[in-house]
Amino acid sequence: MSEIPRYLREGYLSVEELKRYIGLPSEERLRQRPVAVPECPQEIPCTPCAEICPTNAILMEHPNATPKVDYEKCIGCSLCVQICPGLAFFMIHYVGDKARVTLPHEILPVPNVGEEVVLLNRVGEEVGKGKVVTVVPREKSRGDTPIVTVEVPLELAWDVRAIKVVRE
Amino acid sequence: MRLTEHPILNFEKIRKREVTIYFEGQPIKAYEGETIAMALHAAGIRTLQHSINKHRPRGLFCAIGKCSSCLMKVNGIPNVRTCITLVEDGMQIERQEEKPALPKTTKPPKWKEPQRIEADVVVIGGGPAGMMAAINASEAGARVVLLDENPMLGGQLVKQTHKFFGKREQFAGVRGIKIAEILQEELKKRNVEVFLETSAIMLLQDGEEKLVVGVRKNKELIEFKGKTVVVATGAMERMIPFEGNDLPGVYGAGAIQTLMNTYGVKPGDRVLIVGAGNVGLILAYQLYQAGVKVEAIVEAMPKIGGYFVHAAKVRRLGIPILTRHTILRAEGKEKVERAVVAQLDENWNVIPGTEKVFEVDVIALAVGLRPSIELLHQAGCQIKYVPELGGHVVIRDSRMETTIKGIFVAGDSAGIEEATTAMLEGKIAGIAAALSAGVASPEWLKEIEKAQKELDEFRSGPFGRKVLEGLKKVVIQ
Repeated sequence: MSEIPRYLREGYLSVEELKRYIGLPSEERLRQRPVAVPECPQEIPCTPCAEICPTNAILMEHPNATPKVDYEKCIGCSLCVQICPGLAFFMIHYVGDKARVTLPHEILPVPNVGEEVVLLNRVGEEVGKGKVVTVVPREKSRGDTPIVTVEVPLELAWDVRAIKVVRE
Repeated sequence: MRLTEHPILNFEKIRKREVTIYFEGQPIKAYEGETIAMALHAAGIRTLQHSINKHRPRGLFCAIGKCSSCLMKVNGIPNVRTCITLVEDGMQIERQEEKPALPKTTKPPKWKEPQRIEADVVVIGGGPAGMMAAINASEAGARVVLLDENPMLGGQLVKQTHKFFGKREQFAGVRGIKIAEILQEELKKRNVEVFLETSAIMLLQDGEEKLVVGVRKNKELIEFKGKTVVVATGAMERMIPFEGNDLPGVYGAGAIQTLMNTYGVKPGDRVLIVGAGNVGLILAYQLYQAGVKVEAIVEAMPKIGGYFVHAAKVRRLGIPILTRHTILRAEGKEKVERAVVAQLDENWNVIPGTEKVFEVDVIALAVGLRPSIELLHQAGCQIKYVPELGGHVVIRDSRMETTIKGIFVAGDSAGIEEATTAMLEGKIAGIAAALSAGVASPEWLKEIEKAQKELDEFRSGPFGRKVLEGLKKVVIQ
């Protein structure tokens, strides 16, 4: 029997696995403008990301292939983040000493722009606080999923994958 | 324990007029359009009956009319399936104790000729497969009638708040609840006659034709006569053996989805999920969305069985997934109060000393489904046990026709897969049934081929492998 990948035992990708299976954009590219990163390492029958991409930056050889993003072609429009049924697409953008992480957020409440939110990593641990810079509400999202861009410390760019809105 | 705010659903819009039902004499607030079991649950009543011999409390399990754990006495009539019977103002509901007897004071209804409905194609089941069969059969020129025992169309789609996978032309990126609405609209446009709250209790050969005997709202007999029949009766939740598995609060995963996503009723406060297939993973996410705490998902296999992306989605919300773990027992007096789980070794034996106790009031079993084939069995279709497809399934050809000419099958009742494949199979079965009834033109064969190709494509990845192995055993050329 073939070895079970760690991520299938644990249910989340480590940054090491992300590099190995997905391949990360260059530092230079990350500074230019937002770039979409698919955290989707498993062959499943699913193609909306490739179908919706306006620049054909998402390559998929067959409907069961894993999506590969051509980071140079990606314009950072976020449509893949909005449509992905697996909520597996994220956008990263390095701005100064901060990183902006764009993620799907199908939980109530949806934060407001400017609001401070708790940052969660891939296993739901609180790793810090960040400020919301953009919100695409559900009504305006192409995939009926609200998406949120949150500003986080640069060193957390590859850890933060969810947020928690805490209001008194 | 009703939900008000929800990121995906709007229950204020769904809930209709308020009515009062009586549980053992006590008034309970309910809403028109919801089932008895849902209203009772919202009022905190979880024990629906007691077992006859040992008087053990029993509660809801499947919530879609497929098991018998919700049988209650309604207006004096015993054995009413309260999970699919709608509330009515003034209804008297009682728990059944001992062996329930029919009331002596009421007379049985007088025999009268049943209503007879004739069609080219009779579709049994209004889920994704049945609706697609009806839409396509009608499109191909057939007069179609569809019946379903549930009070609403959509089958399991009505509780699927997540977005579907596949291609966009197959509704990928669209939520299941929305797909149910779209298909319902399509049915309406085509004037397909729909009978809800109508259970198909018999499927018979009537010469060259087929006869489906239905019972509407537990009292009215209706005969459906069709040249052909499509059986799309779905599947039933599996149960696994462990101590206390009959306590109220041990639900099939689908029942919890029905409670919270269809009727906006909170299933409980703290949940343990058994099974990390797609159903268990999706359920965990939906519980979090409804504001319910998921303590953990336990999975006996050494790896997550569902799509990884679903697992990642729940992990980042802080929900643990314990692979190689199983449930040992449910504890509690009248209902679930805690769950004891333990780790398994490589030979599936419990490792002593690894027991963990979770304080939960709900245990959700997401351990698989088995096809509902009772009607096909009764009609005499050839059956085979195929574990890859979830259990006993009927032998069929590539156009979904069973070994009895004119009887077709589609969706989970043909083998456990998921909704996208159910819709494609429904399309094939519907068109093939219209062709077999002699009402569709041969050009429709092209549409069948197209759907067959899409099915092949969908099943061509690693997740389709097991299904393809199973299909080799039941599909005849």
